[in-house]
Amino acid sequence: MTDLKTLEATLLAEIAAASDEAAIEAVRVSALGKKGSVSERLKMLGTMSPEERKQMGPAINGLKNSVGEALAARKAELHKEAIAARLAAETVDVTLPVRQAPAERGRIHPISQVIDEITAIFGDLGFAIAEGPDIETDYYNFTALNFPEGHPAREMHDTFFFPPGENGERKLLRTHTSPVQIHTMEAQKPPIRIVIPGKTYRQDSDATHSPMFHQLEGLVVDRTSTVANMKWVLEEFCKAFFEVPSLNMRFRPSFFPFTEPSLELDIQCDRSRPGEVRFGEGSDWMEILGCGMVHPNVLGMSGLDPDEYQGFAWGMGIDRIATLKYGMPDLRDYFNADTRWLQHYGFRPLDLPTLFGGLST
Amino acid sequence: MKFTLSWLKDHLDTDASLDEIVERLTMIGLEVESVDDKASLKPFVIARVLTAEKHPDADKLKVLSVDTGSGAPVQVVCGAPNARAGLVGAFAAPGAYVPGIDVTLSVGKIRGVESHGMMCSERELQLSDEHTGIIDLPENAPVGASFAAWAKLDDPVIEIGLTPNRPDATGVYGIARDLAASGLGTLKSGAVEPVEGEGKCPVSVTLEAPDLCPGFALRLVRGVKNGPSPKWLQQRLIAIGLRPINALVDITNYVTFDRGRPLHVFDAAKVKGNLVVRRAKTSEEVGDLVEERFLDLKKRGLGVELLTEWESYGLTRMASAVYELYERIEALDGYGYELTPDMCVIADDNGVESIAGIMGGELSGCEDGTTDVLIESALWDPMATARTGRELGIITDARYRFERGVDPEFMVAGLDLGTRMVLEFCGGTPSEPEIVLGTPTAKDGEIVGETGHHYREVDFPLSETKRLTGLDVERAESIAILKRLGFVPKGATDGAVVRFVVPSWRPDVDGKADLVEEVMRIHGVNRIAPAPLPQTTAVGSRILTTLQNRTRAARRALAVRGMMEAVTWSFIPERHAALFGGGAPALKLSNPIAADMSDMRPSLLPGLIAAAQRNADRGFGDIALFEVSGTYQGDRPEDQRRVAGGIRRGTATLEGAGRHWAGNAASVGVFDAKADALAALEAAGAPVDKLTIEAGGPDWYHPGRSGTIRLGPKNLLGTFGEFHPDTLEALDAAGPICGFEVYLDALPEPKAKATRTKPRLDLSPFQAVKRDFAFVVDRSVAAGALTRAVAAADKKLIAGVSVFDVFEGAALGAGKKSVAIEVAIQPQERTLTDEDFEALSARIVANVEKQTGGVLRG
Repeated sequence: MTDLKTLEATLLAEIAAASDEAAIEAVRVSALGKKGSVSERLKMLGTMSPEERKQMGPAINGLKNSVGEALAARKAELHKEAIAARLAAETVDVTLPVRQAPAERGRIHPISQVIDEITAIFGDLGFAIAEGPDIETDYYNFTALNFPEGHPAREMHDTFFFPPGENGERKLLRTHTSPVQIHTMEAQKPPIRIVIPGKTYRQDSDATHSPMFHQLEGLVVDRTSTVANMKWVLEEFCKAFFEVPSLNMRFRPSFFPFTEPSLELDIQCDRSRPGEVRFGEGSDWMEILGCGMVHPNVLGMSGLDPDEYQGFAWGMGIDRIATLKYGMPDLRDYFNADTRWLQHYGFRPLDLPTLFGGLST
Repeated sequence: MKFTLSWLKDHLDTDASLDEIVERLTMIGLEVESVDDKASLKPFVIARVLTAEKHPDADKLKVLSVDTGSGAPVQVVCGAPNARAGLVGAFAAPGAYVPGIDVTLSVGKIRGVESHGMMCSERELQLSDEHTGIIDLPENAPVGASFAAWAKLDDPVIEIGLTPNRPDATGVYGIARDLAASGLGTLKSGAVEPVEGEGKCPVSVTLEAPDLCPGFALRLVRGVKNGPSPKWLQQRLIAIGLRPINALVDITNYVTFDRGRPLHVFDAAKVKGNLVVRRAKTSEEVGDLVEERFLDLKKRGLGVELLTEWESYGLTRMASAVYELYERIEALDGYGYELTPDMCVIADDNGVESIAGIMGGELSGCEDGTTDVLIESALWDPMATARTGRELGIITDARYRFERGVDPEFMVAGLDLGTRMVLEFCGGTPSEPEIVLGTPTAKDGEIVGETGHHYREVDFPLSETKRLTGLDVERAESIAILKRLGFVPKGATDGAVVRFVVPSWRPDVDGKADLVEEVMRIHGVNRIAPAPLPQTTAVGSRILTTLQNRTRAARRALAVRGMMEAVTWSFIPERHAALFGGGAPALKLSNPIAADMSDMRPSLLPGLIAAAQRNADRGFGDIALFEVSGTYQGDRPEDQRRVAGGIRRGTATLEGAGRHWAGNAASVGVFDAKADALAALEAAGAPVDKLTIEAGGPDWYHPGRSGTIRLGPKNLLGTFGEFHPDTLEALDAAGPICGFEVYLDALPEPKAKATRTKPRLDLSPFQAVKRDFAFVVDRSVAAGALTRAVAAADKKLIAGVSVFDVFEGAALGAGKKSVAIEVAIQPQERTLTDEDFEALSARIVANVEKQTGGVLRG
C-alpha cells in the first residue's frame, strides 16, 4: 500500500511538472499506457487472492482514477496556456488606420442632390418630372412662349446660337427650361402637373451668373388652377425645401412674356452674416423665382383653348436655391470639378433625400 | 428708373411716408431696387468761420474758429484756399462720416494744432467733383441748420427696376398715376397748355421712312439765351445720376424722366436746309485710292475694319479700288458710329444729324451760345430702335423709352411742355409746330387719336379676375381701378362683360388677362389667400420615367464606388471635341462665351480628363470623377444622349488611393474602368450576365487595353479602357488614367410584369463542390471564350465559372498562356460519385478543346 502511495505521489509530481502537451502525454503513457506503471499494477490484480484483490482492487483503481483526473486537468490547463500564448503572439496594433469605405469617399454633386430634394417634394404634391433637349429651336424657346420677334425681352436672354442649318433656321441652346412646357402641352392633354429640372444656357459669366446653369420649371394646367393655388404650391415648396417651419414670403407683380398675370416671389431673410443666408429672420428680401398664370397665347399656341384651360408656371434657378440653402459662394465653382470643393460641398452617396427621412438630415 | 420724392410729389398729392411709398411701389409691380434717403448728409450743418489765422507751422494751412450754431466756437485746421473769416459753409463735427474721403472724423492734431471737425468741399460731400475750395454759402444761410435740408439736398432718391412691359412708368408722371390708382394719394393734372406759335416752322420735315417713324413734331424757338438751367432742375438731374449740361439739353433730359417723353434739341444755326427722316445710306466708292484719301478715311473712321485689314497688307494705295462706305455720325457721346441702311436717321443737307430715338449728333448739338433752337418730339418704331441701339452698342435714356414704346398721343404735348420750359428758362419766340405723321404702330382700334394712334379695345369679363387669380373683386372696384389707370369704359358697364379702351401709354395691354393683372396688382396681390392644390390621388404613384430612375441609380452606384460626381461644361474646346468624334459644324456655337467653350461635347470624357488634370496640377493626382449627363451627337432632340461616364487617375482605385501600411494602391487601369462601367450598367438595370465584352474601343482608347460592351450584336452599351497616349497628349493630360462611358438611354425598357412575385427558389439539398482546372491556350484566346466553353459543358451541374490565375511563361511555349479556372458544381438530384466527376471533367476538357483549342495543363 505504501508502494501505491509513493507511486501516486511520484506520478502526480510528474504531471504537475509537465510543461507542455508532449510531456503530459509522456507521463500518461508511463502511467496508463499498456506497460505503464499503473497499468502493470492493474494486471497484477489477476494474480492476487480474493482477499488481497478485495483490498488492492479499489486502491489501484483509485490510483488510476486520480492519476487520470490529474492528467486531464493538467492537459486542459496546458491547452489553455498554449491558446493564451498563441493569442498573445497574434496581437496587433488596432490603432493602425483602415482604408475609408468607397461609399464614404464618393460624392454626389449638390445640383443632383438638390434635384432629388425637389423631386421628393413635388412627387409628394403629385407632380411628375419632365425633361427636354438642351438644343432647341427658336420656336420652342421663344415664339411659342409669346416672345415676339425682335422684342427686347429676347435680347435679355443672351442666347447662344448655332450656325443656320440647310433650311436657314438657326438652333440655339435653350435659355430656360420653359420650352419643355410647350413640348408637354403638345404631347399631353390636361390635367398637367410637371416639374422640369435641366441645364440652361446664357452668355453671361460672373460670380452669380454662369454660361451654363440649371433651372427648375413647373407647370400646372387644368380647368381650375388660380394664382391662389400657385401661391400655395410655391409657399409649401419653399418651406419644405429650406426645411424651416415658417417663411415670410411676398409675391409681387412682375413681367414675363409667357405668363399673365406675372409675379415674382421674394423670401424674407437675414444676410448680415457673410456667406450665409438665414430664412425666417432678418429684414432683407431675396428674389427666389418668377411665376404667373400661363399666358393665353402660350396655351393657344400649344393647342389648348385658353377659355377652357388655365394654369400656372414658374421657374427658378436650381444652382441659386442650392447656393441659398447650402452656401457655396461662387456659382462658377459648380462646374470646375475641384475635388476639394466636391468633397466639401458634395453629398454622401447614401444620403438619399426623402420626405419620410428628412431632405437633408 | 430713378426719381426723387419731391419730384414724385409734383404729380402726386399724398401724405404717405417714404416707407409707405416704397412698399407700395414694390407691391404694385414697380419694384424698388434702392432708396437713398440722404442720411449720409445728415451730419453736416451750416457754420460760419469767425476768424482765420495762419497755421503757426504750415504755410498752406489756416486755423479757423468756427461758429457751428451750438455752444462755443470750435477750432478747425483747414487747408482750403478760400477759407476766410466770414465764410459760411458746411461743417462736419468729430464722429461724422465724410463720404467723399471715406473717413469718420475724430479730433486730431494737424502740425501740432488740434482740429475739432472739418469744413467740407462739395466733393467731400459727394455733391460734385468740385474741390478747389470749401463750400461757400450765401451770407444769410442759417448757421446751425442742416446743410442738406437748407440746400434741398435731402430729397430722397428712389430707384425702381422696370419690367420691359411698362413704358408708362419710365416717367415720374406714370409712376404717380400707378400710385394714385392704388389709393396712395391723388394724381395731379398732367395736362400741358398748348403753345401759341408765331409763324410756320421754317424747317420742314420729310418722312422718307414712314414705317420707322409714326410721327414727328418740330418747332423752332428763336432768340433763346442758353446757359445753366435752374438750380432745382440741376439738383434733380444730379440726384438721378445725370450731369447738367445747359438749359436746353437739361430740359430734354428732364422731360424724358418727367413724362417718359424723350426730346431732342438741334442748334438751328448748325442745321443746313430741311430735315429728312430716312434710312442711313451707303456709298460705293469707285476709283483710285491714294494715301492721302486712305489716311483721311481712316481718320474719319470710315470702313475702319476694311482699311485696317488693307493696311496690314501694306495696301494704303490701290488703283481702281471698289469699296463700300457707310454714313457716319459723330455722336454727342464723343464717339463716331457707322450706320447701316436698316438704321433710321434724321439728316439735313450736311448729312446725318441724329440717330433716330437713340442719340443726337455733336455737330448740331446745343451749346451755351445757341440762340435758335429746334425742338424735336418724335415717335420711333420700338423694334427698329432696339435693333439699332443693340448693333451700335449705345444705351441711352431715349433708346430705353423708345424701344419700350413712347406714348404716341403725348408727342405734341411733349413738344409743348419742352417749349414752355425753354421759354421760361431761356426766353425766345416759338414758331408753330411742324407735325408730320408716318405709319401708325397699331391699326386695330376704331378710335383714332390726334397723332394717328388707334386706341385698342378689350372686352373684359369681370369674372375673369376670379377665374385666374381666385380673388373676389367687386364690380365697382374693378371698374374704378381700371379707370384710375386710364382705361375708359366704352358702352354699358353693368353687363357681365365691359369693354375698355386702352390708354395710349399702355402698349402692353391687349387682352383680358392683362386687365386681370391690372386689377390684381392694384387691388393687392397679398390679398390673394393661398389655396391648396386639390390632391389627385391619395398615395402618390411613381413619377420618374425609367431613364430618370436609371440616371439616379447610375449616379448613386458610381458615388458608392468612391467616385466624385462632377458637373462639367456642355461646351468644350473644338480640338477636344474633334478628338472624341465631335466638332461637327452644326454643333459649334456661333457666339461662344470663350474660345475654349465652343463645341457641344460628343463625350463626357474630355471634360473629365481635363478636370482630372486640373486637379493633378493642384497636387491632387489620385482622383476618381464621374458625370451622368448629356452628350450631343447632333442638333436634334434624339441626338442628345444620356451618358454615365467616369475616369480614375493615379492610384484612385475602388479600395482607395495612395500608400497604405496594409498594401499600396496600384495604378489604375483598364479593369478599374471596366468594373465601373459594369457597375453603372448593373445599377441602371442592364442584364449583366447577357452582356458581351469585345476587345478594343474607339480611337481615343489604348487599342490593346480597351473594350466595348454590347447587349446582343447591335446594341452598343458602352466602352472602357486606358487612353491612347496621343489622346492624352492632345488633352495636355498625363496618366495613369482610365475611363468609361455607358449609354443609359440604350438600355431596353424593362418588360411590363404581370406580377411582382419573384420566381420560386429551389434549393438543392446536396453539397456543392468546387474543382480546379488549368488550360493551356493560345495567347489570343479570350478568357471570356474559355469560361463560356467551360460553362456550356453542363448547364445543369455547373453553377459558376471563375478565372483565378493567368500565367504566361517560356515553359508553356511561345504564344501560349495558362488560364486557371475554378468550377462551382451544384448537384441537383443526388450526391455525385467519383465517376460522375470524371465524366463531367471529361466533358469540360472536351468542350474547351473543341471551342478554344485549349488543352488541360499537365
